[in-house]
Amino acid sequence: MTTNEAIRVSGGEGIDGHLDELRTDPIALLERVRAECGNVGRFDLADREVVLLTGAEANEFFFRAPEELLDQAEAYPFMTPVFGEGVVFDASPERRREMLHNQALRDKYMRGHAATIAAEVEAMVARWDDAGEIDLLDWFAELTIYTSSACLIGKRFRDQLDRRFADLYHDLERGTDALAFVDPYADIESFHIRDRSREALVELVAGIMAAREATPRDEADEADLLDVLMSIRDEDGGLRFPPAMVTGIFISMMFAGHHTTSTTASWMVIELLRNAGAIDRVVDEIDTFAAQGEEVSYQVLREMPITEAALKETLRLHPPLILLLRVAKEPFTIEGVDVREGQMVGASPWVSNRIAESFADPHTFDLDRYVEPRAEDLDNPWNWIPFGAGRHRCVGAAFAMMQLKAIFAVLLRDWDLELAQPPETYRPDMSKMVIQLQQPVRVRYRRRAGRS
Amino acid sequence: MRIEIDRDLCQVHGVCESEAPDVFVVPKRAETVTVLIAEPDESLRPQVAAAAKYCPTRAIRIIEED
Repeated sequence: MTTNEAIRVSGGEGIDGHLDELRTDPIALLERVRAECGNVGRFDLADREVVLLTGAEANEFFFRAPEELLDQAEAYPFMTPVFGEGVVFDASPERRREMLHNQALRDKYMRGHAATIAAEVEAMVARWDDAGEIDLLDWFAELTIYTSSACLIGKRFRDQLDRRFADLYHDLERGTDALAFVDPYADIESFHIRDRSREALVELVAGIMAAREATPRDEADEADLLDVLMSIRDEDGGLRFPPAMVTGIFISMMFAGHHTTSTTASWMVIELLRNAGAIDRVVDEIDTFAAQGEEVSYQVLREMPITEAALKETLRLHPPLILLLRVAKEPFTIEGVDVREGQMVGASPWVSNRIAESFADPHTFDLDRYVEPRAEDLDNPWNWIPFGAGRHRCVGAAFAMMQLKAIFAVLLRDWDLELAQPPETYRPDMSKMVIQLQQPVRVRYRRRAGRS
Repeated sequence: MRIEIDRDLCQVHGVCESEAPDVFVVPKRAETVTVLIAEPDESLRPQVAAAAKYCPTRAIRIIEED
């Protein structure tokens, strides 16, 4: 029987294959796979072969494949030390589905979340003077710790957090070096910081739990998820979920929505300010609602086509995840290429979002791609994939879009923003699997005339 | 009109139930949406169209029969 295996991309001659390139310049690697091998190509991470799929046909196959064929759990070895033992990627598929299937993301809770998020933005800008300068990534990373903890865990827990939690959480995200594909516990600085920050987070959560044990909840305060977890006891009356486990659960609940939202918000500001006219169109739309005396509500946020288009274009050009991975549990054939059981299989939002056949002038920021009558996201459901697609599509996508619109509806209503660095100095930092921006990411703010 | 659901896409967010509760229901632990009326009356079109439009995963298609 002859087999037709995926062509291996050039480079990666060393013992670790393309691992070093994935750690230093993943974009060059992913783009070269498509350029040299087409829709189905291969690169190697040490002794693991990764079959990279790009383009609508291969992507549709990838995203529709059931868990029994393409398994997600095994594919992310860098996440277990972040979340901790027993949580999400370390759990059974049934348990994982339950944990990921967060009730808080259901539509009926979205109205409340919209108001919560708007209030958190108001609280952050209340600390500002009439004019000043911020680092976008630091600012949005802190804000999204507060919004995600308030919406997903509860207001009571959120009110017990401060900047320290945000900083530690950020350090944890920096601990996702691709070297984890070879050894998630290798003796490198990035992993040491990860493990230290995780321990410090457990200490913070343990402190909050000890305080709650000592002082019963005020009747007026609504119980949050932590109260619920603490109420579950074993036979001896001890905590069924001790601090280390609670911390792991909370880290995993907040993880998917944190770095993704903070980097997208940062890029949104940068792209709006460095593309002529973009910011004015978004501000005009927001001012229209503000002029009608509309609160930032769920219904208002649903009807913001220009802001939504700007966010979609930001996500297309700066997808927070550039490589999605699975492990093949059975052999299969895709576009005439045979994939073996045990090979990793990948899809790349970065590469597919820039395919010229789907997106004319693909490297240009053009929010009109999504303004009627154009709808390049809906027209290309398997190539416009900043949230993935199909059965594993980001379950938080609707929440994320609502959250980002709420953030900008408040921020741009009252504040003018201006780049504080040359436009080309705003760059992604792709040295970890969790992509961020290279800091500094400075912008200036100034209160708009007549806004309090 | 006839309603078609792409079951690979449905993630039971429940937007359709909020928009058109007579047509869609998403029980608490369900893995996929239940369509109560597969061929709804024309009078329900605004609600069904809103459900299709706001579905976060675009899993709802309205097929026109003639």
